[in-house]
Amino acid sequence: MSSTRHASVKRAALLSLSLAVAPAFGQDIAVRAGQLHTGAGTTYSPGVVLIRGGKITAVGAADDVAIPAGMVVVEAPVATPGLVDARSVVGLAGALNQPHDQDQLERSAAIQPELRAIDAYNPRELLVDWLREHGITTIHTGHAPGEVISGQTMIAKTAGATVDEAVLRPVFAVAATLGDEAARGHSRTSPGNRSKAVAMLREQLVKAGEYRASQGAAKEQAGKPPRDLGLEVLAQVLDGTLPLVIEAHRHSDIVTALRLAEEFGFRLILSGASDAHLLVEQIRAAGVPVLLHPTMMRARAPEVAHMSFATAAQLVAAGIPVAVQSGYESYVPKTRVVLFEAAMTLPYGLDFEQALSLVTLAPARILGIADRVGSLEPGKDGDLALFDGDPFEYTSRVIGTIIEGRQVSDTPR
Amino acid sequence: MARRFIACLAAAGAALLALAALPALATTTAFVGARVIPVTGPAIVNGAVLVEGGKIVAVGARDAVRIPPGATIVELAANQVIMPGLVDTHSHIGEIAGADNSAPMQPGVRVLDALNVRSSGFKRALAGGITTVNVMPGSGHLISGQTAYLKLREATVIDDLLIRGPDGEPMRGLKIANGTNSLREPPFPGTRAKSAALLRQQFIRAREYRDLANSKEKGEAGDPRARDLDLEALAEVLDGTRLVHFHSHRHDDLMTAIRLRDEFGFRMVLHHTAEGWRMADEIAAARVPVSLILLDSPGGKLEALHLEARSAPALERAGVQVAFHTDDWITDSRYFLRMPAMGIRAGMSPEGALRAMTINGAQMLDLGHRIGSLEPGKDADLVILSGEPFSVYTRVQQTWVEGVKRFDLDDPDDRLVAEGGFGALVDDDGGNHLHEHHGGRQ
Repeated sequence: MSSTRHASVKRAALLSLSLAVAPAFGQDIAVRAGQLHTGAGTTYSPGVVLIRGGKITAVGAADDVAIPAGMVVVEAPVATPGLVDARSVVGLAGALNQPHDQDQLERSAAIQPELRAIDAYNPRELLVDWLREHGITTIHTGHAPGEVISGQTMIAKTAGATVDEAVLRPVFAVAATLGDEAARGHSRTSPGNRSKAVAMLREQLVKAGEYRASQGAAKEQAGKPPRDLGLEVLAQVLDGTLPLVIEAHRHSDIVTALRLAEEFGFRLILSGASDAHLLVEQIRAAGVPVLLHPTMMRARAPEVAHMSFATAAQLVAAGIPVAVQSGYESYVPKTRVVLFEAAMTLPYGLDFEQALSLVTLAPARILGIADRVGSLEPGKDGDLALFDGDPFEYTSRVIGTIIEGRQVSDTPR
Repeated sequence: MARRFIACLAAAGAALLALAALPALATTTAFVGARVIPVTGPAIVNGAVLVEGGKIVAVGARDAVRIPPGATIVELAANQVIMPGLVDTHSHIGEIAGADNSAPMQPGVRVLDALNVRSSGFKRALAGGITTVNVMPGSGHLISGQTAYLKLREATVIDDLLIRGPDGEPMRGLKIANGTNSLREPPFPGTRAKSAALLRQQFIRAREYRDLANSKEKGEAGDPRARDLDLEALAEVLDGTRLVHFHSHRHDDLMTAIRLRDEFGFRMVLHHTAEGWRMADEIAAARVPVSLILLDSPGGKLEALHLEARSAPALERAGVQVAFHTDDWITDSRYFLRMPAMGIRAGMSPEGALRAMTINGAQMLDLGHRIGSLEPGKDADLVILSGEPFSVYTRVQQTWVEGVKRFDLDDPDDRLVAEGGFGALVDDDGGNHLHEHHGGRQ
């Protein structure tokens, strides 16, 4: 095992040297793995993936997929699709935890949907490197939970020197929060409790509806209301163009989120959802996907104290679309790693394929990017994570990460 | 007369204690069939561990251990594992309270005066296979108070948990910290140099205090000053009867801790040691043991920016004695076993990782003769696992403390604590104190 590990690492190192002079994206490369987990339900032992121009052109058993002569080949004992972090704040929240690298939460007002994630994302952040080196190739990141509406989120690849190079979706969703943190985690007078926070959110959504109507009706008219960036974004939520990702942990807050979605007809994605195991039937009936809290989230605040390691298994069993997120950490460690979080669902009721889906295809589908990432299938991006053993064993290591055909990490982690 | 009466009372008390202990003494339990990992010896396939009166009396192959008639047999499967109860050298369970915000150095403050023995934290620790824990005050101070070494026995009062030394006193240490955590507004230090100066000054005072106290004992002219509990605790540190648990992360902070140790001659364990990988040879040369934490990612504060799992193999290779700790709530006690697995991931030996969960921590707490391995004569603290200790698929199934089963995954209440769910972390006194944290920063 250890000689295999070193051999593949060395090969990876050589490869990255040879690619250093090549253009950043769109490489031609073949990956041959002792076990190739496609994330679409198939495992080839051994298997091969061909990537041309950054896109997957063939996937299959090593006997069936011929590697064209001269193509660069990367070998690994195990390979999976590049991992997808369903909800993070990395890139806005930095490792230093000093005021200058904490852009994930603006506390000046309860509702600020106009805050854009791409204006604060730092693609050179140490924690982006850390996630990439752990096989995470796509992150849904942006403004953190904590205010009633804290801002927008975005989807990025964990490579690229600028936000434009990294970004997959500059705006994915609007981030909202119900519960203790949004109701009184700030130093302002309002909101001061849960009802007030919801009243403020409802009022703003009503205003957004009126704004949208007036913008339509007042077209070409002189009396058109001035442009309001916040209401403009919320109008897109009401249109169904942007989902509202609501962080809610206590059972009553989850129910409130479902009630609001019913009332305003927006696309709801639940986030966190500590008490989801108490509301499996309600969430299933509402057809709402869940970006579940990290399995190892610290159960310190009263509203998350009833979290369960078995929630992922219960939601999967009910057929609810569920992904595992890395969430937000205010202190050491400054980010969680979804590879480790998915691994921790294994002793609590999920099998390997189900756990893998939590950090590959399931989040890709919920985030609406399954045409690009989440599984190894022809036409999708050539994003892979390479391992020297069972990806979920803590004693195995990530030995390489490939994004769009380019080996972006050869640091064993 | 009064003294004799008290002696009688003490004797009666001892008799009562002996009586109370009798049923336990009579209990003999044999754990058979599983793979036994004694840690201090090779693993035994189809092994047996014989326990009597809370102590281990025999460990060996099943057919080599004579099981007395009447013993309770715990029949286990071949893929199950029995190993020593885990030793957590640094935790904050029990809703601990240490120093307050009045001063940067408060060595007189004791965590044992404020522990909630009904806290759900103890149940979480048992669910994680932990049987012995060093409960520490936080690190927002240079000296945040006295730690307490606890066995996770069934407890009504704090005394039920304490581990007593040969002198009958509760075993404990003193928490000292440097680096960024204790840098605050005055009277706290504002810089690292000031931190060291304050500590040095206090140790010099303690040395004078101790010397005066010693000369008083010898019948020389006595110290006119009143007893000083802060200096008394530090005098114990200078005497070597109280161990220093030193929170330190950055390479230069680690060296400052070692420098102070050299200057004042105290006994010390370095804790956390984020940049241990940079200083392995220096720490080895100083012969200081390290209680290490590994985390999922670096950062979260400046001194943890270079916290990496490679400290585990680097320190091991340099010959440093390494133990792991949860720092609960920084990591949850329920999955303590994933930390050594992360150490192995970074290159630590599996044998070293096993020792780092058990005997090494025991020795750091001066308890190596009582716990930390499965050997005749030691306390019957053991964990039953569903499989390999370092596999993510493995679960802690049972935890035994001194021959008493304290956690059983088959018990619905215990299972709730282990897996989480509604009411899982409600304390025995009906409260939920998770949001409370009095210990300052970890």
